[in-house]
Amino acid sequence: MDTRERVRALERMMLIRAYEETVIALHAEQRAAGTCTAVGQEAAAVGVVSALSADDQILTNHRSAGHLLARGADPGRMLAEVMGRRDGYCGGKSGSLHIAAKELGVVLTSTIVGGELSLVTGVALSRSMLGGEGIVACFFGDGAACEGRFHESLNLAAVWNLPILYVCENNQWQAFVHRRETTLADGVAPQAAAYGMDWRTVDGNDVDAVRAAAERAVATIRETRKPFLLEVQTYRLRGHFEPDDQSYVDPQELERWRARDPILLARNRLITEGHLSDAAAQEMEAAVKGRMEQAAAFAEASPFPGFEALTTDVYA
Amino acid sequence: MQTMTVTDAVSAALAEEMRRDDRVLIFGEGVATKRKDLLAEFGAARVRNTPLAEGIIAGTAAGAAATGLRPVVDLLFAPFLCYAMDEIVNSAGKLRYMSGGQFAFPMVVLAMTGGGWGVGAQHNHNVEAWFVHSPGLKVVMPSTAADYKGLLKAAIRDENPVLFFTDIALGYAPGAVPEGEVVVPLGKAAVRREGADVTLVSYAKSVHACLQAADRLAAQGMAAEVIDLRTLKPLDEETILRSARKTGRVVVVHEASRMCGVGAEIAALVAEKAFGDLRAPVMRLTGPDAPAPASFPLEQAFAPSADAVVETVGRLVGLVPA
Repeated sequence: MDTRERVRALERMMLIRAYEETVIALHAEQRAAGTCTAVGQEAAAVGVVSALSADDQILTNHRSAGHLLARGADPGRMLAEVMGRRDGYCGGKSGSLHIAAKELGVVLTSTIVGGELSLVTGVALSRSMLGGEGIVACFFGDGAACEGRFHESLNLAAVWNLPILYVCENNQWQAFVHRRETTLADGVAPQAAAYGMDWRTVDGNDVDAVRAAAERAVATIRETRKPFLLEVQTYRLRGHFEPDDQSYVDPQELERWRARDPILLARNRLITEGHLSDAAAQEMEAAVKGRMEQAAAFAEASPFPGFEALTTDVYA
Repeated sequence: MQTMTVTDAVSAALAEEMRRDDRVLIFGEGVATKRKDLLAEFGAARVRNTPLAEGIIAGTAAGAAATGLRPVVDLLFAPFLCYAMDEIVNSAGKLRYMSGGQFAFPMVVLAMTGGGWGVGAQHNHNVEAWFVHSPGLKVVMPSTAADYKGLLKAAIRDENPVLFFTDIALGYAPGAVPEGEVVVPLGKAAVRREGADVTLVSYAKSVHACLQAADRLAAQGMAAEVIDLRTLKPLDEETILRSARKTGRVVVVHEASRMCGVGAEIAALVAEKAFGDLRAPVMRLTGPDAPAPASFPLEQAFAPSADAVVETVGRLVGLVPA
């Protein structure tokens, strides 16, 4: 990434954080339903998605806001979806948990943990049989890696040479259970080797490192047309869903990861290197907050769907 | 007309649809091994073996269907669908609705079920009602070779996920199949025999039990109308209700267990919409609430017999004491 791209990456991470905080605030005010956030995981989303091309596709999960916004989704339409309004990406039928935006290449979002892993092989099969250079990125967590579908998916993708970038966002939490309680291994990615698949682990809170690792992985997939597993080690700074008092979280661990907040890290690095002034960073923050106010106003002005929508789009 | 078995009718439908549309492909455990003719004609990209993993087979089909292909997957035996329930029900059945209509899932899931091979309850379980109960899916279970061919062609051309069940007992049953391109529309029942005294509503192998029973009832002076549902969802309510209003007596016959089965739905439908025309309560003849046994005589006793149909109709019309 050049300097301009790095500043843009910081701005995009700030936008994602501001979006998540807006949803949290709207919920607290009972203006929107509760949701699952990925606060603290912004570098993983921005680092990987910015390494993709426009014709690549993305499958994501219930912590999808970062992936969508990194891809250029309109926060107004996303908030409208969260609020169940007609102008949401899915007409209000998805809510926050399964937003798909086909126009952005973000397809088949599933909140069944591991659902994205079972669908991505088919999407990649279409890519490989219908031609084109596109690849498919699949975001899942360390929790999904405990599902049997993780293994079924990796195995089939390897056997069929499917162009998939598997991105395991290891945020250390599987709903209300720490990863340490559910697996003995420290990381997920080495399991790829058992299926004959290349893999790499990267510091998921360092957006420059994630972007560099994702660029290399994407280049490898484009060249070989084979799958690759990239594990981004990060941390879920908030609870499983909103609201959640995180009473089950070790406060010292939380503090250690807060000190490694990916937005803080990127901002300090750009300032230290002389590419950004503190004032400019504050202006960027104010700008994304302003954008969120507009987005929330747009969403709240959007009407609820008519009752006829209850039974439309069941069958094609 | 030509005579072919149900198995050959299914193969013929697959070949014709793959010839017609390059986007159609088939995969599953042993598909390329067993379907050498398809492999030779259409190549390894469109006729694929898979690992033995029903979940990812069904998920791959759903993902491919939503992004431009038209997959047919063979999951072998119906109880194995339990491993693929999430992909079929939560993904293929719901993601169109949940995305506000952004995706469609033109895919077909093949599975065998029913008594006949003595394979026991983990290979034989008539689970079709589970899928009827799930939104976004269509369910087909034919009884004749001609319909296996024509309905599979329609299922492949449909824009929605279709569960296509083959009754194991019918696999080698020969039947007359029309020459050439015959597509049987989904959602239309067939009246296999007309009659004015009682309506027998059925599907798959039980249709044949009903037809045998109708012959014997005719000898007793009773004219039974036999309806072959063919498609369980969408259900052809019109044909069922028209017949129920005509005869005033309805017996639903299927091998699947009674509680919350398709027969319960039909009984409720007739009670809601044709109550005033009924001359007797709607009866169900079904398999018991038990896993399917392997032992041949027990397996045969699981599915309703022609004898049982005759006896039930006799009770309904007062020929046999209740």
